[in-house]
Parts: sequence; structure tokens; C-alpha cells
Amino acid sequence: MQFNTNLLWLIPLLPFAGFLLNGTLGRKLPRAAVAAIALLFTLAPALIVADLWIYMKSAGAPITLSISSAPWLAVTGFQVNFAFAVDHLTLIMLGVITGVGFLIHIYSAGYMAHEEGYWRFFAYLNLFMFFMLVLVLSSSFLLLFVGWEGVGLASYLLIGFYFTKDSAAAAGKKAFIVNRIGDFGFLLAMFLLIANFHSLDFGDVFTRAATLPAPFTAICLLLFLGATGKSAQIPLYIWLPDAMEGPTPVSALIHAATMVTAGVYMVARCHVLFDHSAFALTTVAVIGAATALFAATIGLVQHDIKRVLAYSTVSQLGYMFLGCGVAAYSAGIFHLMTHAFFKALLFLAAGSVIHALNGEQDMRMMGGLRKRIPITYWTMTAGVFAIAGIPPLSGFFSKDEILYQTFISPNPLGKLLWAVGVLTAGLTSFYMFRLWFKTFSGKPRFDESAQEHGHGVHESPLMMTVPLMVLAVLAIVGGWVGIPMPFGHNEFEHFLAPVFGLKEGVDSSITLQMSLASTSFAVALVGLYAAWIFYVKHPGSAGALAKKFRSLYSLLDHKYWVDEIYGRLIVAPLLGISRFILNGLIDTGVIQGTASGLAGTTRGGGWLVRRVQSGNIRSYAGWLALGAAALISYILIHSQYSFSLVTTSFSFHP
Amino acid sequence: MQVALFIIFGLLAVAGALNLLYQRHPINSALSLIVVMMSLAVLYFSLGAEFLAAAQVIVYSGAVMVLFVFVIMLLNAGEEVHTRGSKMAYIAGIPGTTAIFCILTFVFLKQRNALGATHLRDSLSGTSSNITEVSHQLFTSLLLPFEVTSILILVAILGAVVLARRES
Amino acid sequence: MVPIAWYLILAAILFSIGVAAFLIKRNVISIFMSIELMLNAVNLTFVAFAHMWHQVSGQIFVFFVMVVAAAEAAVGLAIIIALFRVRQTLNIDQVDLLKD
Repeated sequence: MQFNTNLLWLIPLLPFAGFLLNGTLGRKLPRAAVAAIALLFTLAPALIVADLWIYMKSAGAPITLSISSAPWLAVTGFQVNFAFAVDHLTLIMLGVITGVGFLIHIYSAGYMAHEEGYWRFFAYLNLFMFFMLVLVLSSSFLLLFVGWEGVGLASYLLIGFYFTKDSAAAAGKKAFIVNRIGDFGFLLAMFLLIANFHSLDFGDVFTRAATLPAPFTAICLLLFLGATGKSAQIPLYIWLPDAMEGPTPVSALIHAATMVTAGVYMVARCHVLFDHSAFALTTVAVIGAATALFAATIGLVQHDIKRVLAYSTVSQLGYMFLGCGVAAYSAGIFHLMTHAFFKALLFLAAGSVIHALNGEQDMRMMGGLRKRIPITYWTMTAGVFAIAGIPPLSGFFSKDEILYQTFISPNPLGKLLWAVGVLTAGLTSFYMFRLWFKTFSGKPRFDESAQEHGHGVHESPLMMTVPLMVLAVLAIVGGWVGIPMPFGHNEFEHFLAPVFGLKEGVDSSITLQMSLASTSFAVALVGLYAAWIFYVKHPGSAGALAKKFRSLYSLLDHKYWVDEIYGRLIVAPLLGISRFILNGLIDTGVIQGTASGLAGTTRGGGWLVRRVQSGNIRSYAGWLALGAAALISYILIHSQYSFSLVTTSFSFHP
Repeated sequence: MQVALFIIFGLLAVAGALNLLYQRHPINSALSLIVVMMSLAVLYFSLGAEFLAAAQVIVYSGAVMVLFVFVIMLLNAGEEVHTRGSKMAYIAGIPGTTAIFCILTFVFLKQRNALGATHLRDSLSGTSSNITEVSHQLFTSLLLPFEVTSILILVAILGAVVLARRES
Repeated sequence: MVPIAWYLILAAILFSIGVAAFLIKRNVISIFMSIELMLNAVNLTFVAFAHMWHQVSGQIFVFFVMVVAAAEAAVGLAIIIALFRVRQTLNIDQVDLLKD
């Protein structure tokens, strides 16, 4: 069969068309039309991607498809084209983005049905899809950066969707600015790439990297800095919890399934560069593991259901980076895919809970919802079990693959990182089941009468529950493509082999793999048991424990005071510099000084000349006399007649 | 004798001019100016311009200066008050005046040989009288300017009437 | 008998006095009269030159200068009268509404 490569252009451009339509006309159209446009322009790329999948999995299909257009930037020795390329890694990302994206679009049509600015929401959502698709389809760093920045913009717009709320606007700004810091690293990395390889095209860079020397460590660390910004790792993770100010579908799509995974994708894409620098890889792994543990500890004490999920996202992203850091790129991408399924599911289900409780987000005010919203309950259960790593759900396989690869990795820190990963898995299981119990079990802690006066606690409409069900199925079965080799064959790794190469490594004994897998499973069960003890069997014991270890609890509750530290150390000095030096000294002093100096000079000159126009007639007469004298002398000196006048001597005879 | 005439009336003219400068009340200045004009009429006469001498007395002293005197009396102009004017008049004006005078004098003295001297009571062409010559030029080759000046005077009359009219 | 230069120098003296009077006097009418003095000085120059060159066109020129001076005097005095009506003063230093 054939595939028309021109269709590749349509994949991102269709959502962009949706953005333009909804952005310009959406205000006037009825809600159904707005939703229809958005859904149509998201379904169409999904269908194209499906067609692409079929084609590329068929026999005799090429490993990569590419399409390129006219040069975008062409100077001597350096050229960048608009070019898309699709290989198996891109296919996975495309599938996740369009598939999960489409489901979330459907969900949003129901969730946002009563919100103001419906058209704006879908316009921004389509804009986001456009940029994200450009990001994964691009075959050069520059076009990837365009998508990178664009998703940051869309994220800012969507976080601050409720722009009348101060906290939402501030969260949007924070996300954008923190991302900017990461982008600075990305830019520097691109400059180094241009300097060393004279190209930004992936193909060129990766082939030249094999032979040419270059400061790989610097490049990779700078690229990773960009990734920490976009994918919320230490030190730039601080924007993600605040980003929960946005509507829940936004949190699901952007801050769980797609945008935050762009950093992981980028690191996986540049694995050729990272493989040259062991130091960079170790840094990636260490930061990934540290972030995973760090965020999990904070997530233990959060009360807002969305905050728990946000910190859990940061933690799981840490796992993905851990996987990439030990050069198990396909494991990292595998976890990316399963995480997209269950995290989107968790967020959407949380949204369903919030919707059922009329906007209540504090878990201390929930409980006893199991019988009232059954579909939400069962789908969320699937998500919780998946993320906790209970087999045979997807999360178990992907997380276990990463932990296994970490354990057997030749990196000297491998065992230590494995231990951190296992500990984090335990914590993850604990706080996710804590969330599960607090939300659904026990007696209802919400105000029953108030809810009855609202809509009453009711299940969400079909438009919201169908995507939940689809995602639940994916969360359950999605991991089966990655079942390790002893049991089936690791299809996933084989699928990505053309991109990453197969790890011809130590294929250790089945015993090791089984024992490691059992350790993960056991740790997950411990977490489940602990959560059950604290929140079901002895409901008050968590509070008592918190009081006993008050300082520790306070540290966690205040997120290790990181925001405050950043504020004092970084933001305040910068503000001071901006205000007093840049604004006061340079802007007001030098720049404005120059401008007003020029103006002052002109004014002074004008003042001087204006003295002639005194309004006093006698002064005019004076100037006249002077001018007449000047004229006469000029004529005298310059006339032919006076030539003899001047030269002959003057003698007076009376 | 011509020289004596010149010296007397020359000095008279200069005296009158200096008096115009010196006097504070405008009426005194006006009368001094009349003295200057009369002396100039005599000098024109000595240069053979009889018509102009007559015109100087009749038109200039007899009409224009009378007009000046009328206006001075009409407006009841008093003595000049010493006001603080502009210094620029003196700063730029005195050097300018001095420069003009010095340059002109310098040029005339330099060329006094080329200029020559007057010939007493010589009519210009030697055949006809002065007034015949003037009118001959005026009514033939310079007829147009002559007629235009009459229109000029008409315009001046109209202007003067309009400008000085009391607002009703 | 009299050198023409003397006539011309006399005219120059009268002209300079006219300019000086123009600068020094404060009464508007006095200033006007100084203008007339300057014109007369110029007339003397023209007549002297007419005598020197044996041409009548110098005298014709003086004729026209007189005509124009008369017209100008008439209009100027009318303006002074109008000015006096508005400003109630003949002091030229107080007619300075066009100043900055």
C-alpha cells in the first residue's frame, strides 16, 4: 500500500485550522458548533495517524518517512528546512497525542459545557495540538523548538484560562517564565550544535556526531536543562503544581499526557548525543530519581486531589528520565505511553469527581462516593491500580522495566538508583491509594444538604464517562505490548529498535528478573496496605502521626519551602536589579537621558535662536542694521569693482 | 560760492538730523525733519534738479510732514518715556550703524577722483530745462510706472481710510 | 566745483543718523520719521549721481521714491492710529505681543 507523504503536513495543520476557525468565529457560533469544529479537526489527524500506523507496520514499509519543503533559513554553510520525519518513535508519540488528545477533547465538550469562554478553550486546545504535533513531527532542532515554545504558549493560555482569578493568571506567568529558563538552555545547546556540526537537522547532526568531536557533555546538559523546564524536573518543576489552576482537561492533556513528556521525547530523540557523554546520562538519571522521590514525598500530604496528581506526574516523569538516564530509552518511552493512559484517566476521573461534587477539590471534604458515581469509581480504580504498579495493569510493566534496566545498568550508581526507585514506587502506591480511599470510601464528609441544593451528587454525562472507559481499558491492557521477553516478547522494544538499537546487554537470568518484579509488586502491596490502615481501618491515625512529627509534616506540607527559597534567592534579587539598576539607572538614566539630552540640546538651540524673535521692534531694527552692514561688506568684498578697491592703498588728500 | 552753499546747508541738514535724534518730544523731531528737508531742497537745486527741489518742498515738507504733525497732535503724543527696551538694539545696532557709515564713507572717499565734481547750474543735457527732461521721460518711456503710481496712491488712500476708521 | 564725493558722504551721514534714530527712539512716530530721513538721504545720493552721469533717470527714481514714501507714510500713520486706539500707547517697547 502507499501513503501520501503530503498528508504529513495535514496532521498538524488541521488542528491549526480548527484554532483559526474557533478563534475567529467561535464567539458567534453556538456551543455545539464550536465543539464539533474542535472535535473534527482533532479526529481527522487521528485518522491520518491511524492510516500511517497501518502503513508503517505493513510489510516492506520504510522505517522513516520524511517530507521537506522550501528552505526556511539559508545562509552560507547553514540551512534549515521545514521538514517532518516519521519514524517509530514519532509514531508512538503521534498515537498518544492524537488518541489521548481526541478522547480529552470529547471529555472537555462535556466538562466545560457550562463555562464561559467555551470557544476560547477549544481554540487554545487546538492550538496546543498543532504545536505539539509540530514538535514531534519535526526533523530538525529548530522546528522542534518552535513546537516547544508553542506548547509553552498554549500552556500559559490554558493555565490562565480563568483569567479573572489572580491565582490562575499568576500560575500561567510562572509556568511560562520557568519554562523560559529551560528554553535558554535549549537555545545554548542549539548554538553549540550549529557551531560544531553546522546543521540543526537531526539526520545531519546524528551522523556527524558519530565522527566529529564536540562538547557533548555541555550540549547534553544544556538540552537537559530545557527538558527540566518543560518536563518539570528538579530544579524547574515548581510550575506544574501551580498549573492545576487550569481546567481539569487541560491538566490531563497538557500536564500529564503530552506537553510534559516533550522533554522525555527530546532526550530520547537525542540519544545519539547523550550516548557520547556518560556524565550527562548519569546527571539525567540522578535528577530523574531524585525528582521522583522528592515529589512523591510532597504528594503524601497534599489535600487537593489535583495537587496529588500533579506531584505524582512530576514523580512519574522522574521515572521516565531515570529510564533514559540509564540508556534504556525504550523503557522510558514505554512508561511515557502507559503514563499518558493512566494519568489522563486519573485526571479526567478526578474532574468527574469534582464535577459531581460541584467544584469541591479538597479530599478532606470527600468520601463515600463509591456507590453514587460508579462509573467514575471503577475507571478511577483502574487508573489507581495502574499507577501503583499492580500487575497485570500497564503501570506495573513499564515501571518494572525501568527499575530492571536501572538495576542491571553498568552505571556505578545503578543499584542505588534502583533502591530510590523502589522506595518511590512504595510511596506512590501509598499516596495514590490514600487518594482512592479518601475520595471514595468511608462516610461522606461533604455537606449533603448543600449538594442536594445544587445538582446533587450525580454521575457525569456520557460525554465524559465514555472517554474514561476507553482510557481505563487502555490503562489495563496498554502494558501488555511491553511484557518482557521471558513471558512473551518485548514487542515495544522491538518496535523501537530501529530508533534506539536493541540493547545487546546482559540478558540476565530469569530469576533476577522475577525477583526484581516481585520486589516491585510487594512494595506496591505494602503501600496499599499502609493506606488502608491509615485511612480506612483507623481513620484518625494519619492526623495523629502528623501531629507527632510536626516539623517533618510541616516541611512536606510546605513543599520543602522551595518556592519561598527561590523567591528569596532568585526572584527578589532579580526584581531588585531590574527595578534599580536596569530600570532606574539604565532605562531612566542612560536611554531616557540620551533621548531627553538630544531633546534638550534642540530646545537649547531653539532658545538661543528664539531670542531673535523677541517681539521688540527695536531689537529687530538692530538686527536689520547689522544685517545690512554685513550685506554691504559682502558685496564690497566680492564685487569686481572692489578688487581694486581693496588692493590699492588708501590715501586722503584734503 | 557753491562750496559755501553746500557747507552751510549741509551743516544745517546734519544739525537738523542730530536734533531729530536728540529731541524727546516728537513734535520737535518733526520740525527738525522739516529743516532737514528744506536744506536738502536747496542742495537738490544746487545739483540742477529744480523740479525735485520744488517737489521736495511741496510734497515732502508741505504734505507728508504736515501729515506727521497732524497725527502727532491728534494722538497727543507726549514726551518719550524712557522704557527698558531691548539691549539687542544697542548690541547689534550700534556696530551695524557704525559699520554702514564707515564702509560707505570709505568707498566714497576712495573713489572721489573718479566721481569728479559738480558743474554749477548746468542743466543735464544743455538744451532743455530740467522739468522738460523729467516730464519727457515720465510721459513717454515711463508712462506705465507713472500710471501705476496713481493706482498706488489710490490704494494707499483706501488703506489709510480702512485702517484708521473707528469701529462702529 | 564741489566734489560729488562730499554730497555722497553727506548722504551717508544722514543715513547713519537715520539708522541710529531708528534704533534709539522709542516713540513710534519718531521712528517713522527716521525712516523718512533715511529715504531722503538716499534721494540725495540718487540726485548726486544723476548730476554726475548727466542722466535724468536718477531724478526720475527720486520722483518715484517720493511718491511711494508719501503713500507709505499715509498708510503707516493710519496703522499707528489704529494701534494707538487698541494699545493706548505710542511706546514701541510696549507693542510686543508677538514675543515668545
